[in-house]
Formats: sequence, structure tokens, C-alpha cells
Amino acid sequence: MASPELHRFTLPNGLRVVLAPDASAPVVGVSVHYDVGFRSEPEGRTGFAHLFEHLMFQGSESLEKLAHFRHVQSSGGTFNGSTHPDYTDYYQVLPSAALERALFLEADRMRAPKITDENLRNQIDVVKEEIRLNVLNRPYGGFPWILLPPVLFKTFANAHNGYGDFIDLESATVDNCAEFFDTYYSPANAVLTVAGDLDVETTKTLVEKHFGDVPARPKPERPSFAEPAPQGEVRQEHGDALAPLPAIAIGYRVPDPVTDIDGYLAYLVLAGVLTDGDSSRLQQRLVHQEGIVIDLNAGCGLFGPLEARDPDTFSITAIHTPEVPAEQVVAAIDEELQKLAQVPPSAEELAKVTARWASTMHKEHDRLTNRTLGLGSAELLFGRAELIYELPERIASVTVDEVSAAAKALRPDARALLLVKPTGGAQ
Amino acid sequence: MTSAKTHRTAEEIGRTAVGPRPLPELGSQKAAADLSTVDTVLPNGLRVIAVRRATVPMVELRLRVPFADPAASSVGSAHSAQAEVLANTVLTGTASRSRVEIDTELALVGGELDAVVDPERLSFTGNALATGLGTVLDVLRDVLVNAAYPADELERESGRLVERISLARSQPNVIAREALQKLLYGDHPYAKEMPEADEVAAVTRDDVVALHRKALLPRGSVFVVVGDVDPAEAVAQVGEALSEWQGDGEAVQLPPLPPVSGGDVLLVHRAGAVQSQIRLAAQSIPRTDERYPALQLANLVYGGFFSSRLVENIREDKGYTYSARSHPEFTVHGATLLIDADTASDVTAAALLETRYELARLGMVPPSESEVDVARNYAVGTLLTSTSSQSGLASFVVNLVALGLGIDWLVAHPQRLQAVTPEQVAAAALEFFAPGNFTGVLVGDADQLKPKLSALGGVAFQ
Repeated sequence: MASPELHRFTLPNGLRVVLAPDASAPVVGVSVHYDVGFRSEPEGRTGFAHLFEHLMFQGSESLEKLAHFRHVQSSGGTFNGSTHPDYTDYYQVLPSAALERALFLEADRMRAPKITDENLRNQIDVVKEEIRLNVLNRPYGGFPWILLPPVLFKTFANAHNGYGDFIDLESATVDNCAEFFDTYYSPANAVLTVAGDLDVETTKTLVEKHFGDVPARPKPERPSFAEPAPQGEVRQEHGDALAPLPAIAIGYRVPDPVTDIDGYLAYLVLAGVLTDGDSSRLQQRLVHQEGIVIDLNAGCGLFGPLEARDPDTFSITAIHTPEVPAEQVVAAIDEELQKLAQVPPSAEELAKVTARWASTMHKEHDRLTNRTLGLGSAELLFGRAELIYELPERIASVTVDEVSAAAKALRPDARALLLVKPTGGAQ
Repeated sequence: MTSAKTHRTAEEIGRTAVGPRPLPELGSQKAAADLSTVDTVLPNGLRVIAVRRATVPMVELRLRVPFADPAASSVGSAHSAQAEVLANTVLTGTASRSRVEIDTELALVGGELDAVVDPERLSFTGNALATGLGTVLDVLRDVLVNAAYPADELERESGRLVERISLARSQPNVIAREALQKLLYGDHPYAKEMPEADEVAAVTRDDVVALHRKALLPRGSVFVVVGDVDPAEAVAQVGEALSEWQGDGEAVQLPPLPPVSGGDVLLVHRAGAVQSQIRLAAQSIPRTDERYPALQLANLVYGGFFSSRLVENIREDKGYTYSARSHPEFTVHGATLLIDADTASDVTAAALLETRYELARLGMVPPSESEVDVARNYAVGTLLTSTSSQSGLASFVVNLVALGLGIDWLVAHPQRLQAVTPEQVAAAALEFFAPGNFTGVLVGDADQLKPKLSALGGVAFQ
């Protein structure tokens, strides 16, 4: 892809705007990233950031309930929102004729969302169904994104369940919503991204027209969520009545991606060396040679790499056969990490990871939804939307010694170990 | 207790001095660029379609081999198990490449290649940096012609397959899908989406080698290449790489399925479930039927997208579900309409009632002109967005071609949708969405569900 042009500006109310024109298809993506995620929820309000995300679809001053969905879909578009540890995003991808409409929809709910008790009660029910679907009624629900943080972290912000407890969700009030919106959903706390088939000057005018009179409010001070790495190995067992096979998740801390991105990327490359493809080290050993693991993953960030600020997680997960104890799987992983710590991986191993990441990034950018969201989150978290285009080169410049050092840092005496035990019996 | 006011009330937040503003009109829509394509059949019978889409320097590959069980019944047939073992081991080595060498070669060109099988077909899906097309094609050629099925890989992958099947069968949606297919098609091989553990254990290397020779055939198969390629050159490259792939006869298509007829919803007990899976099905029509565009819009209005009657009723009004949808499912000879919703046990019966009510209402109170327009614009627009990426376009094209349609169908479909009248949608709604057309399954905790479902009726208990 030719080096894409990016245009940025900031409105007087503080809204940061990124425009990324690309005329290869007559479609356009619009996203808004707010700088608040579930790490900012106060105690007793677990799941609130996600619940509030649902409420942002429930109408605003110019849009009755259901209107947002209908206007996007009747324009031929798709939409969604998602809540992450450090941010909440909203997007529309539509034929480019609907660009102004999408800007209008986002601006209207940034300016004046309509929050009612009826809609709040309705969406609490919907969110509870979402949690039953994705966590309570299925095997390995919340593995590892809900289950690992309370083992790796001690503070409420980092450790708690971002989906929330039913009791907390049920006690949410309209006034909680109003306070959350006024505190965190200020234009100065958001990034608007428009990518795809757009004219820069026209789009700039449209952005000013629709977002210009969203009243300025202060940008909330973002607290540090820093906490020390675990001292020793912190273990926890989790019984899962629906799981047919045992599983493990090992969690480690990684360097701060904002202040040390290249240090962070060494762990990303290490993850590839360990588990990406049949020729990766742990796949070969645990899945293909020893045959003790059924499913294996490693990576940075429980929502994907570069999706959160510090503190972030490196995790290795494995579903393994019941015939071997979890300790045997963990010991084999430790042995492979130690080998890498002693003798760096080969240049060819890194070349494989580098080429696959280049492909992965191209594929991400080819899907307009992913490109729009990637630009927005990179701008919000790192202040640099162009980071998503620089990643293949930065990943390629990670050295074998840096990967070896990363492997060495994944020490058994500073990690979380979650053991999922099937408790349902033979069914 | 009072405290200093730190924020506005919800009422204050929800209004501004200006008041509500009008929705902007749509601008003018540019058409998608014409697709540059080549569509040809190689001497070995393989149909090859190449499409240029140079948005990123990548290439996407899709190979579809019809791979149905030729037996009339899955009872006593080893096909499902043999096909699964084949799909899980076909990429584990050739006469000249080990499993690790295959992955290494692919990785060095940023490439991937996977194989999966279902009751209809064996599918290879791949991609790579565009400069690596030759490498992926050579690996694919080697696998198709010289797959070695190493005995040790076969043994380990068979064991792993059994574990993966047990993992899949612990998922409620898989439990529901298997129960539905069994209800609709009984022992027809189409209903058998996964083999049993003992059937997998009985598969020998000789079985897999024989199945490969007999069934993995170029004639009747389709190969699609989409990406940063010149279509004529890509077709030539594919032709050269895969000319060695030969075989007698034609890949086996799924035979026509027995039609689905309406009936009671079968309750499948899942002890301790906190949520139920509602899965309904009815007979539908293929994309080639002239009534299809109207049916497509009727389905959208029913439950085919978020702004549908079903979602607005059971999610946005009543909060019974997070996910409810209806969607067509196509096979080479026919189609069904499927309705899915997952709901908490205490509201399952009520959700089934509303689901049936909306089916009846679609015929009795047909979609208004504005409902039809919303659905139409959505159908036209999402066709554009879903085919704007290389991978989206590649998957869309191979699905169409596997159903006997081509890129011309894709290009002409927006016009077909534009021509649909509300009367045609009403007719499709009345004919295809009548509640009596539907049957289905409901997976959940029978002890909790039975009292209300018995009262509701139309539910059979095992």
C-alpha cells in the first residue's frame, strides 16, 4: 500500500480528528473513540462502562430510540461499539454517500444523548443476556480475559470483571449515567476518525458543522493504573462445570507500550516464535510432538496487541488433555522459554514472524472497519494514528537478542497461573 | 444527603438550546469500480476465477471441492470421519515437504493455508503477500498431488480431532445445531457435521489415501484468486501450477435434500442451562428463484438485521435476548430459512411466543413501504461494504460460484433489489414466513422450561 496520507486537526472544543482518505472503494468508515474503558469504573460499578456503551445507542436529542440503527442501516451501513480496558469505541461503515449522516449521528449522541430509566432497564436485561451468552452458559466463558486479570493484578481497576456482576449492573441508575457521561464523554476526551472514500476539505467542513457546537467540557485527568508486577507465582484454580478439558493461562507483565513500544513489540515477536503456525516452537513440541495440548495461543494484550496502556499483559493459554497434569504443560513452556533465553531464535524464525505480521497488517487495513478503528485507537492511546502503518517495519527491526531478552523476562517467579478444572463430571 | 453538584442531570444532558436537528440527506453515491476478472476452466476440469483488487499487496485464495458422502444415509458410512481426518492431515506433509517445512515456506511469504471440511465440501483457504502467490500455489499443488499422510501425524491428529469434537460439543450453539440438523434431515449425510469418536478411531491411513484419490478431484471444483494480481496472469499461473492435479470423474455434489416441513419445536434438555437456544427452520428458495430478492427483503424485515421486527421486539423492547436473527442458508440445490435466538430460561417461552407472533405478523401486517426501503438500502449497501475487501470479495465469489452463480449475479443484484415492490415482499412474507412452515429445536433446562412451554403449545418433549 502506498504510504497513506493522514490529516489531523483539533476542534476548539478539544475533539481530535483524523482523516484518512482512500478512494479504492466507494465506502467510508467513521469512528469515535472515548478515552474511558472498564479500568475507570469505580468499585461497586463493575460493567458500567460497557453498559453505558449500550445506552449510547438508545437515542439522543434528534434521534428517538431505534433511530440510530435505522438511519445507519437504511443508508446501507453497519455499526457497532465495544468497550476495552482503556477506551470505548463506536463506528459506522457505509457507502460514502452517507458520510454526513454518520457524522450527524455520532455528533448528536456526543452532544446530547437521551438517557431514560426505561432504556436503562431494557439494556441491563440485554447486557445480562450478553453475559449469559458469552460467559455463564458456555465452557471457558471469559477465559482468559475475565479470569486471568484477578490473578495477575491486585488493584480493583486492573483486576475486576469488565462485563460486571449482575448485582452491580442491576443497581445502575440514570444519575450514574449522567455523571459518567459528563465526566468522560467530553469532546476533549475523544478522537473522531474518518477513513475511506472522502474529500478532505469537504469532510473537514462537515466535521466542523456537526461537531463544532458540541459544548466544550474539561478533559478528565487520567489516573495511573500502575501497580507492581506480581512477587512470585500467583496461582488460582477456577472450576468450570461446562468445560470438557482442563486449561491453563499464564499471565506476565509487558513493557509499557506507550513509553517503550519497541520493547513491547519484542514480546509480540516472541509470541509468534512460540505459537504462530505449525513450525512455531510450542506448537511443534506441545501439539505435534508430545500431543498433550489441543489448542494453544500466546500474545500481548487480552484484547489483542496495542489495545491498552500500561499495565498490559502477555499471556500463554493452552487447553490440554486430562491425561497430563497442568504442571507438565507449564514445565514444557518454561523449558522452551529458557532455551530462547539462552540461545536467541534464528534469523529465519524472525523472518517468518515478520512476514506473517506484514500480511496480518495488510489484511487488517484492507477491511475498512478494522482500519478505521485501528487508526482511532492508535491516535487515542499513542497520539500517532500512523503507527498502524509503521508496525510491519518496526516489527521487522526487532532483533533476535531482543526476543531472547523478552523470553528471559517471562520468569516463573513473577507471573500469574490460572488453572481451569472441569468440574462437570462425565456427561 | 446532598453534595456539590458535579454533573448535569440526564434531562439536562439530553437537550440543547437549538433543539432536535434534521437528519442530513444522503449524498450522491459513486459506483464501485468494475471488476477486472477472468473466468475459465482448466483442462483438468477445475474452474478458475481471478479478480483484480489491488487495495493491499496481498492475494487471497479459495479452493472449493464438492466432497459429499455418496451414501444415502450416514448410518454405517465412514465418510464423515474419513473426511475429517483427511482435512486435518492433508497439510501435514508431502513426498518432499515435512509439516514444518510447509509452514516455514508459507510463513516466509506471509502466507497461510488451511483446510476444513463440512458435509458439502472440502475448502482450502489461503492468503499471502502478492509476491508469494507462486509459493502458495506450489505448496497447494504439492499437497493436492503428493500429500503423504505421515502415519504419526495421522495418529496424533486423529486423537486431537476427538478432543476438538468434544470441545465443540460442549458449546450450546453446536449442541443446538446438531439437534436441529438431526430433526430436519435425520440420517441424511448432510445432517452429520461431526463424526463420533469411535468412527474417527477406526479411520486408517489407507482409508484417507483412498478418499483423497477418489474424492479430491479438480473436475467440479472451483478455485478463486482475488488480490493485487493481473487476472490473466494469475489464471495462467494457477493453470501451470495445478495442471498436475488430475483425477477420474467429478467431485461429488451434495444430493438434493428432503424438504423441511413445519412441526412442533423439539425441546432438548441441557441440565443446569441458564440460557436457551431457540433454533427454528423452514423451507426456502435458492438465489436463482425469481422470488428470491423479495424473500431476501422479507427476511431482513423479519429478523435479518438489527432494524428488524424480531430484534426490535425481543431485544430492544423486551430485553429477552442479546442476539436474535434470521438468515437464509443455501445448499447447491435449495435453501432454508433459519431463526436463532438465545434467551434466559425464565423468558424462553415468552421469546418463542413473540418469535412466532412476528412470523404471523409478517404475513398479516406486511412490511410497509418504508420498512421495505430500509431493508433494500441495507441489502444494497452491505453488498458494497462486504465485498470491498479482498478477503470479503474472495469468500463472496467462491460461495456464489459454488452455488452455480457467477460474478455477473453479484453485479446485477442491486438492480434486482431495486425492482422489488412491497407487494412482492408481502407475497414472500405470506408464503415463506407462515408460522406453520417452521419446525425447530429448543435447547435448555427442561425442568425450568416445561411448565410454560407446555402451556404455550407446539413444543414436543423428548
